Amino acid sequence: MLPSFELLMPETLPEALEMLAGYAPDAMPLAGGTNLVPDLRGGKRRPGVLVNVHGLDALQYIGRQDRYVVMGAGVSLADVLESELIGAHGRVLQEAARVFANPLIRNRATVGGNLGNASPAADTVPPLLVLDAELKLASAGESRWVGLEDFFVDVCDTICRHVELITAVRWLVPPPRTFSRFRKLTLRKSTAISVVSVAVRVTLGESGRCVDAAVALGAVAPTPIRVHEAEEVLRGEALTPEVIDRATRFACTAASCIGDVRSSAAYRERVTDVLTRRLLAEAQEWSEEQWERS
Amino acid sequence: MSLDWLGPGRVPVTLNVNGREVEVTIEPRRTLLSVLREELGLTGTKEGCDEGNCGACTVLVDGRTVYACLVLAVDCSGRCVRTVEGLRRAENLHPVQEAFVDQDAFQCGFCTSGQIVSAVSLLEQNPKPHRGDIERAMAGNLCRCGAYPNIVAAVLEAARLEEAPDAKD
Ligand SMILES: Cc1cc2nc3c(=O)[nH]c(=O)nc-3n(C[C@H](O)[C@H](O)[C@H](O)COP(=O)(O)OP(=O)(O)OC[C@H]3O[C@@H](n4cnc5c(N)ncnc54)[C@H](O)[C@@H]3O)c2cc1C
Ligand code: FES
Ligand code: FES
Repeated sequence: MLPSFELLMPETLPEALEMLAGYAPDAMPLAGGTNLVPDLRGGKRRPGVLVNVHGLDALQYIGRQDRYVVMGAGVSLADVLESELIGAHGRVLQEAARVFANPLIRNRATVGGNLGNASPAADTVPPLLVLDAELKLASAGESRWVGLEDFFVDVCDTICRHVELITAVRWLVPPPRTFSRFRKLTLRKSTAISVVSVAVRVTLGESGRCVDAAVALGAVAPTPIRVHEAEEVLRGEALTPEVIDRATRFACTAASCIGDVRSSAAYRERVTDVLTRRLLAEAQEWSEEQWERS
Repeated sequence: MSLDWLGPGRVPVTLNVNGREVEVTIEPRRTLLSVLREELGLTGTKEGCDEGNCGACTVLVDGRTVYACLVLAVDCSGRCVRTVEGLRRAENLHPVQEAFVDQDAFQCGFCTSGQIVSAVSLLEQNPKPHRGDIERAMAGNLCRCGAYPNIVAAVLEAARLEEAPDAKD
């Protein structure tokens, strides 16, 4: 049995924000519940009040606004997987959705809950980091956009205040000739938390060199991280084996792996190297195909 | 009563389960799983882990499979819940249920109702799944007895039965 709580059932987003404001800091949003329900049961979280934001229409869209892809925080991982728009302009995120848990969890789990829960291994985060995503944080009467990279503070800790809700996520439609991919290593094929996850984005210029790049890692530090040093190495270069090697080494340096139930620290370090190298090698193969095609 | 303020004590909630409206009076902390089993007597839906890891509690909410142990019952008010008890067609078993019997797709049977609900949902979305589609679609349903090969065979047979109901030999 779960511990007792009061449950607020807002019908609109403004109502939900009023309720959070009225009961902060004792109120927490409840979305799909795939993290929060087990956490309540295990005593890891003990809010007196839950504000049920699951199914709020205002958090439930995926669309294009000017140069952005924008989606509500209540979008499920199943929705992400099915979205043609995300397939076209956020393939890296869709790849993460494809290997996220299993269909049952994907039907309930939301993007907002994945971000709000702030696990170091949250699978939507490395993809959204390489897309330079921004989050909309709203409270009653106010809202602000923040860069995802500035959002996480520590394990399960973010800058989201008790009165705030993540309401939307957006990123700029990537330029043409952009490669973006996600890989995670898990201990079994499905329903498994990442031992290490890596996302890479590479944009090629006219010359076939990389004009912009982003590398992000999950489960290797207290929060998912961008590896700017590796990106510096890639920018302006062709993806030669030497360049890939240098960038990969920066990724490994940026990781501060720990050992836990899923892996030793040493194995995590090794996997960070392997996955980053593989994704960059894939980017290189892809860039050759692009070059041949043009 | 308006649904905007609930608990922590018991509140009346109307659920639609297997096409029937039912009223229960429950605390908001009750999961759909516990209400199905303990209030409505629908014990076909099983409690394995009670934490979203095994799939014994799989049900359909608005046509999508979910772990009933992770969902609050009050959040299902106004939605359509379907459990293994609601799959039967008139007096007959659902073709997926028949195929499970034919293919001996269980040993202890504890995971079976969850497996069947996931399989029904898969076939509703994809009537002609390949082996790989079945494995992926049912990845959230564990079987400690390891009946997986027969489970996959049963889903393949159910797909055949649905396509050509007389093909059964
Ligand atoms: C079997 C299983 C497998 C899993 N596999 C994976 C996996 O492969 N990859 C992965 O990344 N995760 C996985 N998870 C974890 C979980 O499913 C995800 O983190 C999921 O995205 C959480 O979303 P939710 O909607 O269920 O959030 P909830 O559980 O409802 O909420 C999670 C947290 O976020 C807060 N929150 C919810 N919505 C908002 C919002 N809009 N604004 C601010 N805060 C909010 C809540 O208050 C809570 O603290 C798994 C969980 C289980 C049980
Ligand atoms: S009882 Fe719900 S997943 Fe195990
Ligand atoms: S038949 Fe025993 S758990 Fe599947």
